[in-house]
Amino acid sequence: MSKRIDVKDLDIFYGNFQAVKGVSMSIEPRSVTAFIGPSGCGKSTFLRTLNRMHEVIPGARVEGEVLIDGQNLYGKDVDPVDVRRQVGMVFQRPNPFPTMSIKENVLAGVRLNSKRLSSKAGDELAEKALRGANLWNEVKDRLDKPGSGLSGGQQQRLCIARAIAIQPEVILMDEPCSALDPISTLAIEDLINDLKTDYTVVIVTHNMQQAARVSDKTGFFNLEATGKPGELVEYDTTQTIFNNPAKKATEDYISGRFG
Amino acid sequence: MNDSVATEQRPARTKPVRRVGDIVFGGASLGSAVLILLTLVGVAVFLVIKAMPALTADPAEISGGKGFFSYVWPLVFGTVVCSLIAMVLATPVAVGIALFVSHYSPRRLGAGIGFVIDLLAAVPSVVFGMWGMAVFAPKLFPLYGWLEDNLGFIPLFGEASASGRTILTASIVLAVMILPIITSVSREVFLQTPRLHEEAALALGATRWEMIRTAVLPFGMPGVVGGTMLGLGRALGETMAVAIILSPNVFTWNFIGSGNQTIPAEIALHFPEASGLRLAELIAAGLVLFVITLAVNLFARWIVDRRAEFSGAN
Repeated sequence: MSKRIDVKDLDIFYGNFQAVKGVSMSIEPRSVTAFIGPSGCGKSTFLRTLNRMHEVIPGARVEGEVLIDGQNLYGKDVDPVDVRRQVGMVFQRPNPFPTMSIKENVLAGVRLNSKRLSSKAGDELAEKALRGANLWNEVKDRLDKPGSGLSGGQQQRLCIARAIAIQPEVILMDEPCSALDPISTLAIEDLINDLKTDYTVVIVTHNMQQAARVSDKTGFFNLEATGKPGELVEYDTTQTIFNNPAKKATEDYISGRFG
Repeated sequence: MNDSVATEQRPARTKPVRRVGDIVFGGASLGSAVLILLTLVGVAVFLVIKAMPALTADPAEISGGKGFFSYVWPLVFGTVVCSLIAMVLATPVAVGIALFVSHYSPRRLGAGIGFVIDLLAAVPSVVFGMWGMAVFAPKLFPLYGWLEDNLGFIPLFGEASASGRTILTASIVLAVMILPIITSVSREVFLQTPRLHEEAALALGATRWEMIRTAVLPFGMPGVVGGTMLGLGRALGETMAVAIILSPNVFTWNFIGSGNQTIPAEIALHFPEASGLRLAELIAAGLVLFVITLAVNLFARWIVDRRAEFSGAN
């Protein structure tokens, strides 16, 4: 189910402003890759280009290639809608649909993809996705209650369940724990570890300990100065980035000397 | 542990500190709230007292000679049907415009269209009435003729009126009149859809329309219902346009022939020269209209509250 991602020389622009410059990297299937870096360095923007969610912002465009198992996401006749069905996303703040019950939330994506679901198949799929997101035991007795009634951490896991219910190849997470307390954060981190067995996971985080805990490889983004585009400074195994980084800027950031 | 906290706090119970500004502002807003309630009660009391003679009079003395109820029900029917048709015609169009302005059109075009729609609300109802009678009604006659020829087996489409001044014409003009209200309320709520929810839908692989269906419409539904009820309220109370367009007559199921009448138009046409019991009749009809609009608003509130748990407000 999981696929590798190859990015070749990607530039990202908002209108005339270049936000990210010249990123190239390869992300292995069934691995967790973390992006770290100071605010505004373009790591979230870059993450969004991996499922074309940056196109939601008017004027945003990219140059370069993003290949998922060799297929270019930005090819001429590629529909962004299909891309997003392959590459799921979890956002900074939990965003279950407020008008839907827990079960409806989990199945929202599946219903969109216009598959007709018998109610039994729906129940089974919801249970599978909720188990996959470590949420089943907490919500199994209130599947018909609104998703917005859950705690923040539970809502975030509900969003993960919603993302994995459509069986994507890749799951992107944009600072998934930044609005959560430490215990909920731990639950999400455990979950990321489990997801790795089936999916390619890419996560943006401000929390360096978190990157060290969950990821196999880490990319450090930085910008030279305010107003300049962000760049990928160093990309290596998490071990190397945190213990023996090649670049001075990485070492400074990791050791807390700036950022 | 809770107990001990409670006992410790008990002796220290003094008046909380209140600032002058808070007291003044609290008083002012309380006063406004009470004032509106008093106004409402005042109107209700006026209507009931002045309507009493018609409600208690000998049935033979009422217009039509069969009592107040048989006098008023055709008017109620005309009012409700006219407004409902207007609402049914206007709501889908209004929601469509609101969605286009808020989610499909380029921002500048959307703002322009929104402005034009708001201008429509500024057209006085008497102008709509004149236009409806002099321009629009004659244009509708061919359509009515077609309806009579082809759908004549439905009682609603009987003999077509040559002037076109029918209850259906009045409904269509009312629909145009309430369109801006429903549109602007819907547009405002659609614009407030949290970006997070829109992005959630898009990230699941939703097309633009699917995103609207999953995130925008459910979020905006209470607002659309509210706007629709505001529009219905305006249609129920609309006097001038209906009085000018409709050539009133007795009750009929035939919506494309002359006939039927609404409460506001009936009152407006007869109030100036009415006196005595006739005056009481008209006021009683007004009381009935008051009750209908109240019921409509309660119904709308009920619809909105029914799914309050899922509104996302929690």
